[in-house]
Amino acid sequence: MPDFQPILTLFNLAGQHPPAIPQAAHLVAYGQQLSSLRSLPGVKIEAESSEVCIAAHITIAAGVRLDQPVHLCFGMFEQHGEQDVHLTLTLEPGAQAELWSHCLFATPQAARHAMHGEFRLMEGAVLRYQEAHFHGTSGNIEVIPCAQVLLEKAARFHADFSLIRGRVGLLDMDYRVDVGEAGVAELLSRAYGFATDAIRIREQVELNGPGARGLLKTRVAVRGHAHADVCGIMEGNAAGARGHIDCMEVVRDQATASAEPQVRVCHPQAKITHEAAIGSVDSKQLETLMARGVTPDEAVDLIVRGMLA
Amino acid sequence: MRGLPAQLRSNEKSKRASAMEPLLKLVGVQLTLQGRRVLEDVDLSLDAGQIHALLGANAAGKSSLAYAVMGCEGYQPDAGQIMFDGLCIDALPVHERARLGITLAWQEPARFEGLSVRDYLRIGAHGASVEECLLKVGLEPTEYALRAVDKTLSGGERKRIELAAVLAMCPRLVILDEPTAGIDLLSLDALIDLIEALKAGGSSVLLITHQSEVAAHADQASLLSEGRIVCQGKTPDMLEIYRRRKPLRC
Repeated sequence: MPDFQPILTLFNLAGQHPPAIPQAAHLVAYGQQLSSLRSLPGVKIEAESSEVCIAAHITIAAGVRLDQPVHLCFGMFEQHGEQDVHLTLTLEPGAQAELWSHCLFATPQAARHAMHGEFRLMEGAVLRYQEAHFHGTSGNIEVIPCAQVLLEKAARFHADFSLIRGRVGLLDMDYRVDVGEAGVAELLSRAYGFATDAIRIREQVELNGPGARGLLKTRVAVRGHAHADVCGIMEGNAAGARGHIDCMEVVRDQATASAEPQVRVCHPQAKITHEAAIGSVDSKQLETLMARGVTPDEAVDLIVRGMLA
Repeated sequence: MRGLPAQLRSNEKSKRASAMEPLLKLVGVQLTLQGRRVLEDVDLSLDAGQIHALLGANAAGKSSLAYAVMGCEGYQPDAGQIMFDGLCIDALPVHERARLGITLAWQEPARFEGLSVRDYLRIGAHGASVEECLLKVGLEPTEYALRAVDKTLSGGERKRIELAAVLAMCPRLVILDEPTAGIDLLSLDALIDLIEALKAGGSSVLLITHQSEVAAHADQASLLSEGRIVCQGKTPDMLEIYRRRKPLRC
């Protein structure tokens, strides 16, 4: 029977209420060490660890619809360390699942957490993937999430990445999604940078199948001397492909930000739109809250927290 | 809109002040925006516990006057004074004016991604229940309390939520900037009930409108034309002048 106390401690240190991990299909790892994994009927989880990485393979069987999320919990107790995760995830035809990845790095002074994901969603499969990071205040955490996602016919992928608790440190994110016929990809990324944090988000959605649809939504706030670069790329390569890029960045203090939405259309019946806004908080929003007695700083915080919620 | 939240305070202080001086007093206020004079030598008085309608055509300067009273960025008067309860508030930022008891319901209220209606109504609230305030503006709490105050709401819904937020605040002075704009005509009676209820609860109302039916419920009215107050007096008299649209000389 694995000891779940350490992961519960990490959740507590991050100020988070821990989910019911022991009963759920899960994989728990500290640093490069596997702590626990559990498969359930229809959910096969295999993993092995070495000095250099954790390699995990998750398969959701055809037609299986999971009532409870699959939990991936990654954390670290040491003050310094690395964690490199290679994750292969397959949803067989018609499978539907929710996968929550909790990355708990409230304790380390300096750490590097890299994820290399290869996700394949077969025909009609649906995946809701939520990756939430919880950091401390050191600012020396490097987070490098990369994923290649393949959506086959009518598959749906909804991703929600957040790093809004604690200092970001360095975030260098790179997601690429290949969307097949009638597939849907929706990616939401949220980050809040302070002090000297650096945020780089690169997401690319290729709408390659007829009727494929995509949404890239990014919400980033930076303050202090933090910097954010957001690059969203959407390609419409087939008839009836519809895509949209929606990027909003709020900048305060001496922080800086850039947004680079790239729209590429290679088929006359495809359509991609985009909107991007960078700047300080909208003055009307600010004054609306101030007219309720809220100070300017509190108002900005409310607006930014709402945007990142 | 059925009565006021039980918690709406009576504003006894306002009532005491009314015997001595107006709750809101503008003296010779002049405002210039982008080189254009939008308010010129404006004098206006609003007694505590009263509804005062500010009438005027589009671009007369009504909203600019509202923003100047609220202290919005860029609307600081070039000359004159704005007094609230005997205190000159010219130097106070918006939130400090709000803490004195002044608030503003915008003509086109801002939208907030990720902020729920419930949380929005709790900001600056003084004990009034969110559910009760939503019911007062004709919105079902179970349907609206958890929705975001964002672009998924229609203009009318957003406007009602703004009015509910005003109710929750129990302000001493509320400036309603064109409260009928964006709300369907069927809601007009309900809106009038709400304004009356605010008054009954001790709030004073500066009602900015160009709609006579709503203004008719005010105790006093002023007519604003090209940035100047041209008439001030009993509402029926002011409405008569406003309707006839005669040369605005009193």
